[in-house]
Amino acid sequence: MNNITLFAGLFLASAAVADTPVLTVYTYDSFISDWGPGPAVEAAFEATCGCDLQMVGAGDGAALLARIRLEGSRSEADIVMGLDTNLTHAASETGLFTSISTAADYTVPGGWNNPLFAPFDWGYFAFIHNTDLESPKNFRELAASNLKIIIQDPRSSTPGLGLLMWVKAAYGLEAASLWAELADNIVTVTAGWSEAYGMFLEGEADMVLSYTTSPAYHLISEGDASKKYATFDEGHYMQIEVAGKLASTDQNALADQFLDFMVSDAFQDIIPTTNWMFPAVAPAAGLPNGFPKALPDSQSLIFSSSKATAIRTGALKEWQAALSR
Amino acid sequence: MAGGVIALVIRIIGGGAVLVVLLAFSFSTVLAVALHGDGLGALGSYDWQAVRFTIWQALASAGLSVSIAVPVARALARQDFKGRSLLITLLGAPFILPVIVGVLGLLAVFGRAGWISQGLDLFGLDRLSIYGPAGIILAHVFFNLPLATRFILQGWTSIPADRFRVADSLGAQPWTQFQLIEWPMLRALLPGAFLLIFLLCLTSFAVALAVGGGPRGTTIELAIYQSFRLDFDLGRASSLALIQFVICGTVAALAILIPLPRNDGHGLDFIHTRQDVQSNRIIDFGFIGITAAFLIFPLASIVIRGAIHLPELPNAVFAAAWTSLWIALISTSLCIGMALSLALSFARTGQTTQKLVEVVGILGLATSPLVVGTGLFLMIFPFAQPMSLAVPVTAMVNAMMALPFALRVLFPAIRDTYVDYIHLRDSLMMSSGTWLWKIILPRLSKPLGLAAGLAAALSMGDLGVIALFADPDLQTLPLMLYRLMGAYRMDQAAAVAVVLVAQSLALFWIFDRGGRRHATS
Repeated sequence: MNNITLFAGLFLASAAVADTPVLTVYTYDSFISDWGPGPAVEAAFEATCGCDLQMVGAGDGAALLARIRLEGSRSEADIVMGLDTNLTHAASETGLFTSISTAADYTVPGGWNNPLFAPFDWGYFAFIHNTDLESPKNFRELAASNLKIIIQDPRSSTPGLGLLMWVKAAYGLEAASLWAELADNIVTVTAGWSEAYGMFLEGEADMVLSYTTSPAYHLISEGDASKKYATFDEGHYMQIEVAGKLASTDQNALADQFLDFMVSDAFQDIIPTTNWMFPAVAPAAGLPNGFPKALPDSQSLIFSSSKATAIRTGALKEWQAALSR
Repeated sequence: MAGGVIALVIRIIGGGAVLVVLLAFSFSTVLAVALHGDGLGALGSYDWQAVRFTIWQALASAGLSVSIAVPVARALARQDFKGRSLLITLLGAPFILPVIVGVLGLLAVFGRAGWISQGLDLFGLDRLSIYGPAGIILAHVFFNLPLATRFILQGWTSIPADRFRVADSLGAQPWTQFQLIEWPMLRALLPGAFLLIFLLCLTSFAVALAVGGGPRGTTIELAIYQSFRLDFDLGRASSLALIQFVICGTVAALAILIPLPRNDGHGLDFIHTRQDVQSNRIIDFGFIGITAAFLIFPLASIVIRGAIHLPELPNAVFAAAWTSLWIALISTSLCIGMALSLALSFARTGQTTQKLVEVVGILGLATSPLVVGTGLFLMIFPFAQPMSLAVPVTAMVNAMMALPFALRVLFPAIRDTYVDYIHLRDSLMMSSGTWLWKIILPRLSKPLGLAAGLAAALSMGDLGVIALFADPDLQTLPLMLYRLMGAYRMDQAAAVAVVLVAQSLALFWIFDRGGRRHATS
């Protein structure tokens, strides 16, 4: 008798669970933190989808790709959200992603045309510092100074990889020598953006690699005007963050629904003041007060996705060699 | 008579089976690694830099630990003071202290935002930076200086007091006494102590992960982890694992020639009464004070900060504590099962087999968790999602890692029992059951409890294979602590550290106390 009740209980319980489809989204850690976009995004999507949206943090952006390759077609993920254009070429070469039909009126600089991925936000990399610091005007000045900086590992973190591309875009063949000069300014190399930014706020360094939009967080969220970004005269490398659908998904329709939601106002309105990036689709209400302006084209650097992939290995070797001395 | 032969055969087969399983386990993982590797050609200059750095930092860490330990042990051997035995007990603590907790404590004292840096800042001096090679060596000395001190102190206290008395009465100067009495002891002891610490630092992973600070502080273990989790380059991970195996194997082979030190904690209370006690008081207490501060301040800072922030513990701590507990219990039973079978089977047989068992122990010490982890990953990968097997894999690897220590505790105890009671058994013609249950196990309960306590505490604090296999949903306490440190939530990290240390110590205490309570002698 007891066994029958137990069996029935288990059976009913699993049937009840099966009624609610689960959509699993792999993303980077800071996206799902309490202060990130995660909680609001989850509430907004679950209000309409009749599903359970599970967002799983898998380290920083670049570690996401390694994780998907590690899990291959056995992955439980349906969506991967948080790769950037430096990685999309390598990601599409894995053959693990499938084409999507998501479309919107993107305001991403340079436009958007990629069958596998849809953008959800973008920004410019920059070094953040306290306003009382006399900031360097470019990488050379930074390298010559005694300023201490924290950067991220290009193998695990998209800002770390972005910095690699930034130096390459600005210095080309001289990138290796620049890294050699920068090496003594680097306090530590963290695995992800959250670690680096947290350490900077605790006073572990003078500057941290982040985004031009980061000071807006302190200004708008905390009424604190003590942070600003250092404008570099070489220009600033751009990041476009994207999401894609895995071919192995068992929630095809739901995954499409999520991607459409991602480029809709409901999601895009959340981005500026939680992820502190420029939304991929211009919000109807405009950007909040205190948000920085986009940089002029002459100051925006970015490689195409295929070029970034081609450069990555060599640039990584230069970086490793310079920093391991 | 025939029954005796059969029992012997069963015993050999039983112990042999464990041996075979162990060897198969370590060598098949290495084989998997070797077959998958792209050869040494796959390694870039960066990887070779990691190899060089690994050896260099292990040499530096072992050299520093041993050379500082000599004056500290000498001071402890001849000075008596309040709290001396407490300090000596404390010297045993880092061995079972979770590495990641120690690192957190060192950051609080030596980090850029730590106490010393704040003091330096007041005087307008540059803050310290713990990240990089300096931080790795600092952490290794923190963990191994106490270990070395206990080894050497034991050497000192084992010198008969008469020798110093006779030397004094003959008017020998301190330098002559050192040359004639103390130096021979040190010369016999130091190489083994150096080698053991060198070996422990070669395979250290959590320290480099936490304070390596980028490419300049990357060890082979960390490079294996990075090839896996960051590059997903299994070929390179395998090649690195193979190199790590060769290096550790070579060092382990040396360990067969140079005896590793034993530390059974006996006789540490003994104090030499010597003439030079007074004249060296200031120097001796300088060494003792600095060592005590070096150990106590990092730990105290974590305990205090953690205790204050205990209410902020994230809920996930319960799940993590539960996972850690499970892994520790499974791994402890595996470890004790293997150690008992080996020790019972080979305790009575000849010298060669005993040497064999010791070699297995050393092999266990030299086996890098990440090499085994890499091998297991490669073997599981074609058939299943390796991440879904994180718990059994971690438990198994932890059991193997604790085996050398369990063997070291159990083996002598079993051998002594055999020597003492074998005639009684033969004259009474005891059955094997009576022999095992009435004679062996009661006499073994104290070392068994200690061995189980060690295995449980070591497993509880381990951050190695789990980092390789864990998915975001699964975490042990050390992994959770590392992740919180990563997110720079230091208050919560300290609170988790308190839970982790409490749980480790509680498990150790329960096993150790349980063993003592059931001990007959």
